[in-house]
Amino acid sequence: MRQIAIYGKGGIGKSTTTQNTVAGLASLGKKVMIVGCDPKADSTRLILHAKAQATVMDKVRELGTVEDLELDDILKVGFGDVKCVESGGPEPGVGCAGRGVITAINFLEENGAYTDDLDFVFYDVLGDVVCGGFAMPIRENKAEEIYIVCSGEMMAMYAANNIAKGILKYASSGKVRLGGLICNARKTDREYDLIEALAKKLGTQMIHFVPRDNQVQRAELRRMTVIEYSPEHPQANEYRTLAKKILDNKMLVVPNPLEMEELEDLLMEFGIMEAEDESIVGVAEAAAK
Amino acid sequence: MSKAIRKVDGITKESTQEMIDKVLEAYPEKGRKKRAPHLAPNDQANCSACVKSNKKTVPGVMSARGCAYAGAKGVVWGPIRDMVHVSHGPVGCGWYSWGTRRNLMTGKLGVDQFGMQFTSDFQEKDIVYGGDKKLKVLLKETKELFPLAKGISVLSECPVGLIGDDINAVAKTSAKELDIPIIPCNCEGFRGVSQSLGHHISNDTIRDYIIETREFAEPVGPYDIALIGEYNIGGDAWSTKPLLEECGFNVKAVWTGDGEMEKIAATHQVRLNVIHCYRSMNYMCKVMEEKYGIPWIELNFFGPTKIRESLRKLAELFDDTIKEKVEAVIAKYDPQMQAVIDEVRPRLEGKKVMLYVGGLRPRHTIGAYEDLGMICVGSGYEFAHTDDYERTAPEMPDATVVYDDASELEMEQFAHVLKPDLVASGIKEKYVFQKMGLPFRQMHSWDYSGPYHGYKGFPIFARDIDMAINSPTWELVKSPF
Repeated sequence: MRQIAIYGKGGIGKSTTTQNTVAGLASLGKKVMIVGCDPKADSTRLILHAKAQATVMDKVRELGTVEDLELDDILKVGFGDVKCVESGGPEPGVGCAGRGVITAINFLEENGAYTDDLDFVFYDVLGDVVCGGFAMPIRENKAEEIYIVCSGEMMAMYAANNIAKGILKYASSGKVRLGGLICNARKTDREYDLIEALAKKLGTQMIHFVPRDNQVQRAELRRMTVIEYSPEHPQANEYRTLAKKILDNKMLVVPNPLEMEELEDLLMEFGIMEAEDESIVGVAEAAAK
Repeated sequence: MSKAIRKVDGITKESTQEMIDKVLEAYPEKGRKKRAPHLAPNDQANCSACVKSNKKTVPGVMSARGCAYAGAKGVVWGPIRDMVHVSHGPVGCGWYSWGTRRNLMTGKLGVDQFGMQFTSDFQEKDIVYGGDKKLKVLLKETKELFPLAKGISVLSECPVGLIGDDINAVAKTSAKELDIPIIPCNCEGFRGVSQSLGHHISNDTIRDYIIETREFAEPVGPYDIALIGEYNIGGDAWSTKPLLEECGFNVKAVWTGDGEMEKIAATHQVRLNVIHCYRSMNYMCKVMEEKYGIPWIELNFFGPTKIRESLRKLAELFDDTIKEKVEAVIAKYDPQMQAVIDEVRPRLEGKKVMLYVGGLRPRHTIGAYEDLGMICVGSGYEFAHTDDYERTAPEMPDATVVYDDASELEMEQFAHVLKPDLVASGIKEKYVFQKMGLPFRQMHSWDYSGPYHGYKGFPIFARDIDMAINSPTWELVKSPF
């Protein structure tokens, strides 16, 4: 069983990419489970055709204690026999979402959700590793393989580099490794070259460049993956290719995160950022006149 | 403070320092450097703190300390008898702090002589989704179940601070809806270095939410006082309060032993605050002094010598009526106390005691032992500050060892050198010394006995110490020295 965690900046397309890739693996005959680790609980809707799956924490709240929960209550099976679980969690501003992830994953372990017939477990994790809870998927005996979804936008690359720093921390004490960057294209300038350059600097690879295509949105409107909605469409092929590449990936590395200056140099080299004029920093408009 | 310099045979500054240095040898260099300033021989003449205090416990060294929550719940809030105290968080903290300090309460046996305490009993779901909704329901149920309660305190346990439950907002809205004072106290256990911060936070909370919210029905009288820092352990307040009343005072409120919220809330109307436990309540005395101009005085109700000194010191602040009554009280009780001393002192004369308690007794009880003919050969606090050690210096014999936040190793080693006849400390120390074959008294909760305060308490104290030291049991156990 290979356990894989998907990280990346919020809104970059982690859940969409994960579900389409998982659908690709399923269509290659692989048995997969998705564990959504985000209180928003939108990691399984395309596989289940559901608006929102009942989450582990929702059921815990309903039943009062986690001890009363049954695996059947929260594990659903969708397209391609993909097993789906959502950890769930509080609305923004209250409680502890990180603990929700810990509770959910502990529950899955204790109740035998990780069956031997599974080839893959995918953790779709919220934005960044903000606290211990969101690092749960990459702790010992969990995901040892991480893919970062990013694009040629500056903030997405910053986030990718930050996540690489987090991986470095866990890699030094455990077996977790970076498998590559998945570029979910936003059609920015020289996006392919830029992400490939970033990947190289991080010591990893751009495992796939997923081009932007509105077919993804058309499928999402029907709460489906592209692979299920239009298996013959070229975009479906892209996800199948990504799935195949992950299946065959042997390049698992301890990343070498960039210093802020290195990253900015890279962005400037590709014309994403202009050289900073230190003379204007901190000077108000009126004072500059 | 006018005490003559007292010496103990065989104890000099050099011998004490040598004993300390020997203990420190056991530590690795870093730990030794950190512990060294917390151990020193007393300088009785100097009246200044000889040790460093109120610092983080050295990791790897067993500590007798508690946490901020323990200071808030166990010391300050728990004894108030007409409030419901809510421990917000997992069940353990609430349960194990329920009445364990033996703060007794007036009430009908089996009906309301126990503290009313609830816990929100956090489960996984409360951590993840926040415990604020549960707290709201709990507060409503509290009001339904205990309609006569005068108020509710909400005391934060650790997880509340981690997940950021807004207990202050819940308290505010629920107080309005339920029409009852609800006091949020942010005393998460991980805050600060010991229970001492919990006392401070609780004092601040009383300042912000309670004081001045009520008034006494009767007009203010010339002898109106409040007894502060008296927690009625084993019934202490039932000895000190009547004693002060016998001296002509009108004790309007006791903080917080057998305490009543509405009286505490009206304490801004008294003429004088009499403080016993300085460490846990000095903050509010200072607030009341600054805000309402109420002076305060520190007294000691352990043993006839200290009681006599204290009552006369108190009488000095009042007119002749009080002075006469105080002298009459002293004249009435002194012979009774002398009779107690005459009986037990021959059996206790020259016996040595080592003290290690919380924030008051390491200095306040010394006089009571001395009344019994005993000698204090070492003393220290779990969580005292510099001002406590300043007050300790004149009470202890010169050159005896002072230890702050002592470890089990230090206590054991000192006991081996000093060979005390009694160790008076807490439950965590009790069995260590009893197994060493040493008489021991648990001096946090009076070892299931008490009261020890006032004239009522001294005969009980004397009896307990006599029993502990002179029990024939000890002849059957081999002591290590």
